[in-house]
Amino acid sequence: MDDIRLLIDFGSTFTKVVAVDFGKEELVAAARVPSTVESDITVGLGQALNIIEGNTGPGDLNEKEALACSSAAGGLRMVCAGFVPELTSKAANLAALGAGARVIGCYSFQLTQQEIEEIEAAAPDIVLLSGGTDGGDEKVIIHNAAMLSRTGRAVTNIIIAGNKAAYDEIKAIFKDNSKNILYTKNVMPEIGVLDVAPCNREIRELFMKNIIEAKGIARAKAVIKDVIMPTPAAVLEAAKLIADGCEDAPGLGELIVIDVGGATTDVHSIAQGKPARADTIMAGLPEPYEKRTVEGDLGLKYNLDRLLEMVKGRETPANFDAIVKGFHEGRLPRTEEEFACHRLLACLTVEVAMSRHAGRLEVVYGPTGEKLVQHGKDLTGVKTVIGTGGPIIFSRNSREIMEHSLFREEDSASLKPKNPGFYVDEKYILYAVGLLGQVEPRKALSLAMKYLKPI
Amino acid sequence: MKKAPTIITGTVGMDAHVIGTKVVSRALKDAGFNVVALGMQVSPEEFISVAQETNADAILMTSLYGMAELDLKEFNEKRLEAGLGDILLYIGGNLVIGRYDPGEIEPRFKKLGFDRVYPPETDIVGVIESDLKKDLKAKGKM
Repeated sequence: MDDIRLLIDFGSTFTKVVAVDFGKEELVAAARVPSTVESDITVGLGQALNIIEGNTGPGDLNEKEALACSSAAGGLRMVCAGFVPELTSKAANLAALGAGARVIGCYSFQLTQQEIEEIEAAAPDIVLLSGGTDGGDEKVIIHNAAMLSRTGRAVTNIIIAGNKAAYDEIKAIFKDNSKNILYTKNVMPEIGVLDVAPCNREIRELFMKNIIEAKGIARAKAVIKDVIMPTPAAVLEAAKLIADGCEDAPGLGELIVIDVGGATTDVHSIAQGKPARADTIMAGLPEPYEKRTVEGDLGLKYNLDRLLEMVKGRETPANFDAIVKGFHEGRLPRTEEEFACHRLLACLTVEVAMSRHAGRLEVVYGPTGEKLVQHGKDLTGVKTVIGTGGPIIFSRNSREIMEHSLFREEDSASLKPKNPGFYVDEKYILYAVGLLGQVEPRKALSLAMKYLKPI
Repeated sequence: MKKAPTIITGTVGMDAHVIGTKVVSRALKDAGFNVVALGMQVSPEEFISVAQETNADAILMTSLYGMAELDLKEFNEKRLEAGLGDILLYIGGNLVIGRYDPGEIEPRFKKLGFDRVYPPETDIVGVIESDLKKDLKAKGKM
């Protein structure tokens, strides 16, 4: 009997399942059904599995070995609170994004009563509290811990990843408190050093242990093995595997993944991002090798208003406004005109998301002449850009859309890729590659190489 | 026993002359201080945000290219705004262009918020022993 593995993504709109033949390293079936998180997640899952079974024949599926990721029920919603905006707050933000979270609020300095009320109203799955380098400032993180200790049940999970010298006092604050408080290493142990990996692990573990339970996703465990990470984390894991390879199998090298969605657009870069020129000075917090950004205002279904604002001043196809209004109401493009409008919006999304993700070069004039200062990552030399998400995958102009991620002479300060090869995740399997990579990296990598289509 | 005071070092503005700040950082480390060495070309804003995050007790800036006064315009206001009114500020080096009388320069930099101002070729070990330790003790930081 063939060894067939199932990989599942519980999305907010669709539950997707792919079945992979392990021996042949092939995709054998895929299904997409509406998610049923609100009622009982296993209903939708059952329907998807029936479709898959129709393709593979009964009895071949081993559901107990199936792995899943999830972005259902709002995804992993996090609030970050640090001290200085460009230092520990940014570090906490990078850590949360890297763990696949949706950051719904990011705070700096001493939290105020009003901000605490905002956080309570947002009811995040996790609050990530940072502040102070190790041995540095203790006042702010202790103040913020005390403020958070007074919140109601809307705030239950708090991860502390700040100045370790403050931990004893913070522990005293949360003594006799029913909240779930986890202590991990400082996300910024010293100035200029970012250490997000321990915090990342803590977030994912909490997600697996508590959060999927609270969201009703854990019911799926009655059918499958486990829901192991948020979907964006699975995509980031896939990107890492495809870039770095595993054991003796080489990867594609440094790369970028652009994931355009209905509500948000994610950009992942697996790249050092060091300056191309030796005389460039790096400024600001160093960014992680595996960096993810989420543009919460860029989506082709729920964020059309914001996109329309950006379109102003550009040339638009005929009947643009009326057609976009149709998209607003949930219509998908069907006519030539509609496709043209949709394409324009997708191009714009990719352009803006990539500009925000990539580093910038600034020319500073001093008494000794011109100096180049780089903020963020230099991605000009990255050789691979992978596109995923409905608007890219299902477009007839995937390449045109993705080309909007390129470096442009008119905006030469933006360090976007200059001459990459483009791939499209035609079969929508990146999340599956990331999940499979956790248990069988070698096979996951060959699947990716087989099904990513150069365009 | 109190923990070692935290001291931030670096050259301010666009000055790339890094040797001075390296010597200063080394001497501070040897004297047992906790040193956050920012290296060269540190903007006034970066000194401020790093001082906040590390809860630093003093900033020792160096400058050799003669533009320090220009670089530090508004630095005092910004650091007061950032809640760093109590931090010790020292600066040393070739602070203005050309030959100058250190006695004439000192008040100008004191006006910019600096507690102590040193001319070129100052002995840093002497500064640490006679001034820095005394000033930190006076503020109850040592």
